[in-house]
Amino acid sequence: MKSTPTTHNAGQNVKPPRWANWLMERITAPHLREELQGDMEELFHRRAHRHGATKARFMYAWDLLLLIHPRLWRREPEPTFKPRYTKYSDVSKPLSFHPVMVRNYLKLAFRNLTKYKGYSAINIAGLAVGMAVTMLIGIWIQDEVSANKHHKNYETLYQVKLNQTFDGQRGTQDAIPFPLGDELKTKYPDFKAVAMYQRSEGTRSLIVGDQKFLKNGIYIGQDAIDMFSLSILNGDRNPLKEPYSIVLTDETARTLFGNQDPIGKIVRIDNSVDLKVTAVVAKQPANATLQFDYLLPWQLQEARFDWVRNKAKTDWRNNDWGVFAQLKEGIDPAQTNAKIKDVILTHLAANDPTSRNQVKPEVFLHPMAKWRLYSEFTDGKNTGGFIKYVRLFSIFGLFILVIACINFMNLSTARSEKRAKEVGVRKAVGSGREQLIGQFLSESILIAGMALVIALVIVLASLPFFNTLTEKSMTIEFGNPLLWGGTLAFTLFTGLLAGSYPALYLSSFSPVKILKGTFQVGKGATLPRKILVVVQFAFSISLMIGTIIIYQQLEHGKNRPLGFTKAGLISINSSKSLLDHYDALRDELMATGAVSSICKTNAPPTQWWSSNSGWKWKGAGPADESVIFTTIATSYDYTKTMGIKLKEGRDFSRAFATDSAGVILNEAAVKRMGLKHPVGERMRWANRDWTVVGVVPDIVVEWSPYRAVAPMTIIFAKDWVNFIDLRINPAMSPSAAIDKIQPIFDKYNPAYPFDYQFADVEYAKKFRYEELVGNLSAVVCLLAIFISCLGLFGLASFIAEQRTKEIGVRKVLGASIANLWGLLSKDFVQLVIIACLIASPIAWYAMNQWLESYTYKITIHISVFVGVLAIALLITLLTVSYQALKAALLNPVKTLRSE
Amino acid sequence: MKGAQLGEFEEIVLLTIALLYDDAYSVAVMEELSNRLERPMRLGAVHRTMQRLEEKELVQSRFGESTAERGGRRKRLFTVTTAGEQALQEARKIRNDLWADIPKAAFGGSLA
Repeated sequence: MKSTPTTHNAGQNVKPPRWANWLMERITAPHLREELQGDMEELFHRRAHRHGATKARFMYAWDLLLLIHPRLWRREPEPTFKPRYTKYSDVSKPLSFHPVMVRNYLKLAFRNLTKYKGYSAINIAGLAVGMAVTMLIGIWIQDEVSANKHHKNYETLYQVKLNQTFDGQRGTQDAIPFPLGDELKTKYPDFKAVAMYQRSEGTRSLIVGDQKFLKNGIYIGQDAIDMFSLSILNGDRNPLKEPYSIVLTDETARTLFGNQDPIGKIVRIDNSVDLKVTAVVAKQPANATLQFDYLLPWQLQEARFDWVRNKAKTDWRNNDWGVFAQLKEGIDPAQTNAKIKDVILTHLAANDPTSRNQVKPEVFLHPMAKWRLYSEFTDGKNTGGFIKYVRLFSIFGLFILVIACINFMNLSTARSEKRAKEVGVRKAVGSGREQLIGQFLSESILIAGMALVIALVIVLASLPFFNTLTEKSMTIEFGNPLLWGGTLAFTLFTGLLAGSYPALYLSSFSPVKILKGTFQVGKGATLPRKILVVVQFAFSISLMIGTIIIYQQLEHGKNRPLGFTKAGLISINSSKSLLDHYDALRDELMATGAVSSICKTNAPPTQWWSSNSGWKWKGAGPADESVIFTTIATSYDYTKTMGIKLKEGRDFSRAFATDSAGVILNEAAVKRMGLKHPVGERMRWANRDWTVVGVVPDIVVEWSPYRAVAPMTIIFAKDWVNFIDLRINPAMSPSAAIDKIQPIFDKYNPAYPFDYQFADVEYAKKFRYEELVGNLSAVVCLLAIFISCLGLFGLASFIAEQRTKEIGVRKVLGASIANLWGLLSKDFVQLVIIACLIASPIAWYAMNQWLESYTYKITIHISVFVGVLAIALLITLLTVSYQALKAALLNPVKTLRSE
Repeated sequence: MKGAQLGEFEEIVLLTIALLYDDAYSVAVMEELSNRLERPMRLGAVHRTMQRLEEKELVQSRFGESTAERGGRRKRLFTVTTAGEQALQEARKIRNDLWADIPKAAFGGSLA
C-alpha cells in the first residue's frame, strides 16, 4: 500500500482505511449502504488525487465520524399507505395528539380495561395503594417540614442553648440561668427582642367563678407576642406588660367563658392570684414547638414568689429557665454566637475555677428552622434528629411508588404478547409508532388517573387513622392550587413512568413477524421483568426485616426491668393546701383501704426533674465534683410506694431522726463513686452533710427507656414536693380505688379539679418515638408486600396462561399436579430467594446503624433473616400457587382442543 | 403546514439539486456548495438534508449509473418534485415580499 502524498495520480490504487470501511459497513442502514459507500469512496479518490492519500484517509475517517447520526442506522421506514397530495402545503402528517386521536386512544383504553377486568383491577388497585401511601407520607413530611413556618420571624428566631461538660461528657441543654435574658437584651445590640420563659410543665388550675379547669401555660416575656407573631384576636396588642394579666388562646377562652367576651374578666390561678384577661390569641397549630393554653407575664413570677425576686434574679448558677431571642435583620448568627459564647462564664469565673476549667459553659443560638427536625446534640454539636426519619420515610414513599410502577410495567409487558397481534394489525393498517406510543401512554395515564381518584378516596378515608397513628392533626388543603397542580403532575409522571416501558416496547414490534406468527417474546423481555420482581421483593423484604427489628427493640425496651412496679401507681400534682394537710390526707386515704402506700416526691414516678453536680464523698477527686446525679427528693415511704426492692440498707424511717439528712443511692451511683460499703458513708452537698442509708437498684426513670441509668441520689427533703404518689391496694380495681380517693382530694384540694396520672400509662408514652416509627414502617411494609403480591399474582396468571398448552401436553404425557405446581412456582421462588440475599445485608447494615443510637438494645439475630425468608417464600407460594394450581388442574382436552 | 417548513440549509440544498438538474447526487451537491459558499461542506450534513427533503417529498430519488471511481456502486440521483418547486417559489416570494417592504430608510445613508 502506498502512502506517499506526492503520488497524485495513484488515485485508483490507494484504498480508504479498512477499519473505517468495515465500521461503515456495520452501522449503515441497508438501504443507504450502497450509495453512501459509493459517495465516500468517490470522495476519497478525488481527495487522494488532490491532496494525497494520507490526507484523504484522514478526511475519510473524519467524514465518517461526522456521518454518525441516528439517520445513519435508522432502518427504512415501513412503506405505509399515504395519500398523495400534489400541493406541498397540503401534505399533512398524521398528528399523534390530535383531539380525535386522543379521543380514540381513550376509547380503546376503556375497552381494554373493561375487557380484562381482573388485570385492570390489579393494576389500578396496586397503583392506587402505592399512590395513597406516597401521598400520606407526603402529607406527613409536609407537616414535619413546615413546622413553625407560620411564625413570621421564622428566619430570625433562635433558642439560646447551653453547652456544658460534666464528668467528661459535653451536653447541650435549653436550661439557662434567670439573669441571661436581661443580659442579652441590654448588652448585645444584635438582638431585636429577647423573651425569657419558664421551661417546667405548667399545669395549673384556672378558676372562673365556681368552675375549675386544668390547663397548660407558661410564663413568658412580653416580647414573645411579636416575636412569635401570635395573632391577637381580641384585646391588648401588648398584653403581657402588666404582671397581673393573662393571655388565653381562643380555645381556652371558649372553655372558660363560652361565648362571652373574655377581655377584662378575672381568672384565678392556683387558687392564689387573680389575673385579668388582656388578650385572646389564636391557638398554635399542632406542629408548632411553642404550645400553650394560656400565657402568663414573666414579671408575675417575681410578684408571686419571694425566691425568684430575692435569689433567682441574680443567680447565674441555677439553670432552670429558657430564653428565645430574635436577631435583627441581616445579622449573621455565627458572629453573634462568637460574641455571646462566654456570657455565662464571665459571670461565674471570678468565684468558680471549676466552671472555667471543667464545665466550660458556652452559650449559642439554635435557629427555629432546626427546632423540630434537628434537635439532637452529641458532644455539643448539632447531629440531626428527627430529620433522619423524615428522610427515611421519603425514601420509603418513593420506593412504594416505584414498586407500584414496576407492577404496572410488569403486567403490561406480560400482556404484550396478547396485544402483539393488535399492534401488528394497527401497524399494517398504517398507524405510526408515535400513535401506538400515544395509545399505550394514554392507557397508562388513564389508569393512573383512575388510581389517583381511588388513592384520594383511600387517603381521605385513612387520614383520621393516620392522624391517630402519628399523633397529628393533618388535613388536606383542598383549596390549595399547589396541591392540585402537584397531584396532577404526580399522576402524569406516574402514568408516564409506568407506561413508558410497555409503550416503547410494544410499539417496537415488527408487524410482519407478529402477523406471520413467528413472533416470540424472548429472553430479552423476561430478564428485565425478573429484575423488576427482584427489586420489588428486595425492597419489601428489607422493609420486613427492618420492621421486625424495630418491634423487637420496642419490646426489648418495654420488657426492661425497671426496678420499680409501675402498675397500680398513680401520681397527683401537689398543691399548697394538699401539703398543709398532708398528714390528715394520708390518714384518710389509708383509712379507705384503697391506698396501700403514699409518698411525696419532686417528680412523677416515671421521670426525674432535677439533677445536680457538686457532691463530695470520701475518696472523691476534684474532677468528681462535676459528676451529675439525678436527684429525687422525697420523704417517707418512697420505696414502698414505688415498689422498689432495696439492695442494701433501708428506706428513710420515722424511727431515725437522723434520716432527715439521709440519702439513698442507686447502684450506678455506688459504682461511679467506687464505694465498697456504701451504707453509712458520709457525703456533702449544698453545704450540708448527708449519710447514705440505703441502696436501690437502677430504677429506669430516664426520658428514654433505652438510655443507661445515670447515678442517682434520693435525698430526704420534706418541702421539695411537686407530686404525691399513691400505690393502689392491689386487691382493689383501679377505678373503684379512684372513686374512693377522689372525695378526699376534693376535700383537701378545693381549688383544683381532681386529676391523676397512672405511672404505667405515662411510662408507655416514652415509647412514642419508637412506636411511631415501628407502626409507620409496619404500614409501609404491609402495603409494599401487598402491592408486590398483587404484581406477582398478575404475573403468575400470565405465565400460567402463556404456558397453558405446554401444561396440557405435560399433563397428557403424565405429569402430576404437584410436578406442574413445582414447575410454575420454581421461577418465582428463585427470584424471591435472590431478593432475600440482596436485601438481608442491606437491611442488616441499616438496622445496625439505627440500633447504634440506643444504649439498651438488642443484637440482631440471624433468625430474623431466616424467618423473613420463610415468610417471604410462604407469601410467594401462596400467591403463585393459586394460579399454578388453577393452570395445573385445567383439563388438557380443553387447552389442546384448538390445535 | 408547520411541519413542512423549509430550513435555510434545506433551501440551499434544494436549490443546488435544481441547479445540477440531471446530475444531482450527494458528492456533486456537496462540491458545488463548497465552491459557491467557499467553505468546506461535510458529506454527512448534505446527505442527511437530502434524506429529509425526500421525506418531505420535496425531492424524488432514483439510482443512477455505477462508476469505477465509486467502486462499482450506484449513486442516488435527486430531482426536485412539483411540491419542491412550489416550496422554493414560496420561500422566494416571502423573501421578495420582505425585501420589497423594507422601508428605504432602514438601511440608512448607504441606500439613500
